[in-house]
Amino acid sequence: MSLPPPDLVPGEAAALAARTSARAADEGLAQIVYARVDSPVGQLVAVSTPRGLARIAYELENGGLDSILDDVALKLSPSIIEAPARLDDVRRELEEYFEGRRQNFDLALDWSLTTGFRRRVLQQCARIPFGATSTYKEMAIAAGSPRAFRAAGGALGSNPIPIVVPCHRVLATGGGLGGYTGGLDRKRKLLSIEAPTLFA
Amino acid sequence: MPTAHLPPFQRFLDTHRDDVLRFLIASVGRHDADDAFQETFLSALRAYPRLTSNSNLRGWVLTIAHRKAIDVHRARRRNPLPVAEVRERVDGSASATADGAGDHWERVRALPPRQREVLTLRYGADLTHGEIASALGCSEEAARRAAADGLKTLREELRDVPATP
Repeated sequence: MSLPPPDLVPGEAAALAARTSARAADEGLAQIVYARVDSPVGQLVAVSTPRGLARIAYELENGGLDSILDDVALKLSPSIIEAPARLDDVRRELEEYFEGRRQNFDLALDWSLTTGFRRRVLQQCARIPFGATSTYKEMAIAAGSPRAFRAAGGALGSNPIPIVVPCHRVLATGGGLGGYTGGLDRKRKLLSIEAPTLFA
Repeated sequence: MPTAHLPPFQRFLDTHRDDVLRFLIASVGRHDADDAFQETFLSALRAYPRLTSNSNLRGWVLTIAHRKAIDVHRARRRNPLPVAEVRERVDGSASATADGAGDHWERVRALPPRQREVLTLRYGADLTHGEIASALGCSEEAARRAAADGLKTLREELRDVPATP
């Protein structure tokens, strides 16, 4: 005799899973929450821990959602759930920034995806004000290793929290654009938001 | 430190949600399946960072779902349903519609606990007898025997049911 398994109504398991994720977030059961965020520079993935925003990824350029989250799972914890409501602040501040209504982010940051020299460089970079730019060389000096400007470039290229930690404000010493984790078009776009007369 | 490279929990949830829900509808009915589903994955999330193996996540989460199903059945024995509700549930056509799963899982749920557990894990969750044995903490042989006994009872019940006009 055969006992066929129960049929599911299409979408019911997905809806139930979403309710479960929301409840897990409300009850503080997941160490890490993420959300996909639309932006004028493409689809972003934002990842937060109890300490703050730990990662902003350009979904396409950084290998897609699965690869972005696999990396976070490996480096921090696999207790990762999708919880858009928990990233409302991040979404709102990014929206304001892209609409030209915000110059500084008031978000707590979790630096745990970067360490050592790289973290020092990125923390210096976070102090470059809106509308200003710096150079890889100045970043190396500020991080205490004046000769390590190539390594400073590597550190900025590995920035786990682009846009909010403004590595796009760091240019090559000769005045060229340098590189960017999300591609040079995005770097140009971000700079044009901040200093329209210089980078339009 | 966990030694297993586990997928992000959200992907684990999305991968196994259909199987877990199917199993729970089979074992506790559609009405209680929603709560049991949430309890299953919340328990799984609590235990997730300490998991040391990623070799059979499906078997692992279905074992948790199985324990939640047992909780539901125990709670029902402690707080039996009012008579009116029982009549409604026993009525074949009404329950078939309400549970969307047909009459046979209703009958499975009325079997003795061990037979019910083995049949829901085997046919509702598609676990092997080996996986069922480890979920139930019994031998594979005992799991096979309970499945055979359960199927035999169901066959006898179905023979006694008059054909619907």
